[in-house]
Amino acid sequence: MIFRQAWHIFWKDLLMEWRSKQTISSMLIFAIMVVVVFAFAFQPTRELTKAVFPGMVWVAFVFSGILGLNRAFVSEKQQDCLMGLIMAPLDRSSIYFGKVLGTVFLMGFIELVALPLFFIFFDYRVQGSLLLLVLVIFLGTLGFATVGTFLAALAANARSSELLLPLILFPILVPVLIASVKATGIVLTGGEIKELMSWIRVLGVYDLIFMIVPFLLFEYVLEV
Amino acid sequence: MEIGQGEFVTVLGPNGAGKTTLLKTLALVIKPSQGKVYLDGKDAKDAEITLRQKMGMISHNTFLYDSLSAYENLTFYGKLYQVPDLPKRIDEVLKEVGLQYVLHDPVRTFSRGMQQRLSIARAILHDPAILFFDEPYTGLDQHAIDILNGVLARLASHNRTIFMVTHNYEQGLELSHRVLILNKGRIVYETKTDGLNPSQFKALYRQHVGGMSS
Repeated sequence: MIFRQAWHIFWKDLLMEWRSKQTISSMLIFAIMVVVVFAFAFQPTRELTKAVFPGMVWVAFVFSGILGLNRAFVSEKQQDCLMGLIMAPLDRSSIYFGKVLGTVFLMGFIELVALPLFFIFFDYRVQGSLLLLVLVIFLGTLGFATVGTFLAALAANARSSELLLPLILFPILVPVLIASVKATGIVLTGGEIKELMSWIRVLGVYDLIFMIVPFLLFEYVLEV
Repeated sequence: MEIGQGEFVTVLGPNGAGKTTLLKTLALVIKPSQGKVYLDGKDAKDAEITLRQKMGMISHNTFLYDSLSAYENLTFYGKLYQVPDLPKRIDEVLKEVGLQYVLHDPVRTFSRGMQQRLSIARAILHDPAILFFDEPYTGLDQHAIDILNGVLARLASHNRTIFMVTHNYEQGLELSHRVLILNKGRIVYETKTDGLNPSQFKALYRQHVGGMSS
C-alpha cells in the first residue's frame, strides 16, 4: 500500500518534470559542465588522472543530485500542496519513498548520460565488471537519495532551504561518498573483489539505515 | 468543543488567535499538545489514516499543481484517496463546480476563482463527511465569492459537517449554524446564528475581542 501511494507521487512528479524540464535540464547542464571542465583541467593520459577519476565521477553525480533534491519539495510548497498530501489517507512515509524514487530516477538519467561522456573524454576503459559498476553506482545513488530526501524535507520549511540543504547533507553523506568513490575505483581498475565487497556492505547498511529511519521519523519531519 | 454531524461551524477571531492551529488539529494535520480529538466517537490518533479518508480541506492555498491540468490534478488526488470509478467521479465534481469545459487545461491558466472552484472539486472528490475551510475567501472577487457560497450552501444541505475559519464574519454568519469566537487560543464566545444580524455580531465580537477582524 505504501509503495503504491509512493508510486502515484513519483508518477505525478515525473509528469510535472516532463512538462517543465526545469530540474532535469539544470542537472544535465551541470553534469556535462563538470565533465568538460575536468577533461580540460586534467590530462587524460596521466596516471594521476586515472586515480582521481572515480572522485570526478561522483562530484558530477552528487552536485547535480543536489540540484534535484532542492527541487523535490519546492513544487510541494507552492500552493501548499504538501498539506494536500499530509491530509490524504496515506502513510506519510509513502511521500518520502515517492520522492526518493523521483530523485533516484533523475540521478539515474544523469548518470546514464554523464558516465559515458566521462569514459569518452578521459579515454577510460572499465577493467572490472560492468554489472558491479552499475550495482555500486545504484547503491551510492540510493544512499544519496534516501538521506538527501529526508533532509530536503526537513530543510523545506526553512527560509533559505537551498543553502541549508548542502550544509546539513554533506557531513551525513561522507560515509556513502567515501564508500561510493572507493568501490567505484576498485571496479574501474579491476581491483580485489574482497575489498570491493566490504565497501558494498558499507553502502548496503547505510542505505538500509536511511530507509528505516525516515520510515519512522518522516511523519514528525512533516509536522515541523 | 463538540460539533454535530451536518453542522456548519464558523470560527472567527483576530490574527494569532489560534484559528488555523485549531483547524489543523481537528483535521489531524498536527497533533494536539494537550487534549484529544475524537471523530465518530473514536480517538483520532488510533485511526488517523482511516479518518483522513472522511475529511476534505479547502484553504486559501489550493493544493493544486500549476503545471498539471484540472483532470490530472483530480486523478492524482483521486488515486491517493482510492476513489472508485474515478473518471466518472471527476466528471461529476467538475460539473458541480462548473469547470467541465476546461478539464484538460493547465491549472496555471485558470483565474483565482476557477482555481478555488477546482480546489473545491478536489476536496469533495472522495465525498468526505467532514469539510474544513481555511480562509476560503482570501483573494476572491465578488463573483467567485458568490460561486463559493453557492457550493458551500449545497455542501451544507447534503448533511456534510463543515468547519470554517475565516476573517469574513458576514459570510460566516450567513452560511453557518454556529459561530465561535476564538481569542488567544481560547473559545471566548459561541452562539447560534439564527436571527443574529451582522451589526449585532459586530458588537458581540468587539465585546469579546476588542475590535473587528475585517
